[in-house]
Amino acid sequence: MKALLDLWSYLLASPLLGLTATLLAYQAGVVLFKRTGQQAWANPVLIAIILIGLFLWFSGVPYERYFDSARIIHFLLGPATVALAVPLFTQWRNLKRMAMPLIVGLFAGSAAAAFSAMAIASWLGASPETVRSLAPKSVTTPIAMGVAEKIGGLPSLTAVLVVLTGILGAACFPTLFRLLGIKRHATQGFAVGLAAHGLGTARAFMVSEEMGAFAALAMGLNGIVTALLLPLLLH
Amino acid sequence: MVATFSLLLLYQLAGELLVHAFGWPFPGPVIGMSLFFLTLLARGTVSHELRNGTNALLQHLSLLFVPAGAGVMVHLHRIADEWLPIAVALVASTLIGLAVTALVIRAMAGDSEKERT
Repeated sequence: MKALLDLWSYLLASPLLGLTATLLAYQAGVVLFKRTGQQAWANPVLIAIILIGLFLWFSGVPYERYFDSARIIHFLLGPATVALAVPLFTQWRNLKRMAMPLIVGLFAGSAAAAFSAMAIASWLGASPETVRSLAPKSVTTPIAMGVAEKIGGLPSLTAVLVVLTGILGAACFPTLFRLLGIKRHATQGFAVGLAAHGLGTARAFMVSEEMGAFAALAMGLNGIVTALLLPLLLH
Repeated sequence: MVATFSLLLLYQLAGELLVHAFGWPFPGPVIGMSLFFLTLLARGTVSHELRNGTNALLQHLSLLFVPAGAGVMVHLHRIADEWLPIAVALVASTLIGLAVTALVIRAMAGDSEKERT
């Protein structure tokens, strides 16, 4: 028994357990997503988060401990963000042609996403910290956490809300755009990158490179607009 | 793959250095992406190796959100207490953000490839 406990605390101290658990949970999510014929509710990230949550709940491992050991995966968001320059470059001509509509869409969509979230939450009685944590939820995790800190939200709550928003946006956009009759890949991509950051962008790349590139552009631009304007407007 | 990854890390590093040197309110990787993009524009082409390497990383972009998303564990109490405003606000604002952006762009740019000028 003592040997087992020693092994357990040894494993907890190394990244091995957190990395393995994360990759296995995600892999299970991908398999389920494919088995169900890519049903929106079977989102691989959502499934992975639920599985990791159950694992932490039953093993009693604190989240901070897990995050430390899976930090390398979280870190890769940085180089992945830099890598988005490549699809952006290959689609540059298409992007330039639509510059004006995209800029207007950017400001309208960015404001609509942030302020509708805040208005609805406070109208339904959410606490001020929750309302402020919701404001930057459409932009990519590192930017959103920084903004939340500046405007009096809780950065770690914002990180969760950002991921949930990304899952929702990636799951809903095909149906929503079918109902609204929006067909153009460029328009769909830009909207989903703006409203659902990297998770929306990842889903857009599954449809076409054009959709993915427009999503990547919108994700970057909305990150910059939100980082600059939200702290000023909510001061 | 190693060359591509080193390149990405170098641009990220350059982005972080600029952000810290000038006190910009952006994350380093976003600046790194902009610098990398400007370099590609100046050079005019992307090598096969670079394209394959970055594609490999971007294919698994959603996996990278799992550790941060699992932070939901820390906030279970708050989410249980405020689940209604949080759920309604998340769903509605995501749909509103998607719809407003797409409708504005369609109103200004049209919805078919032919309408491009």
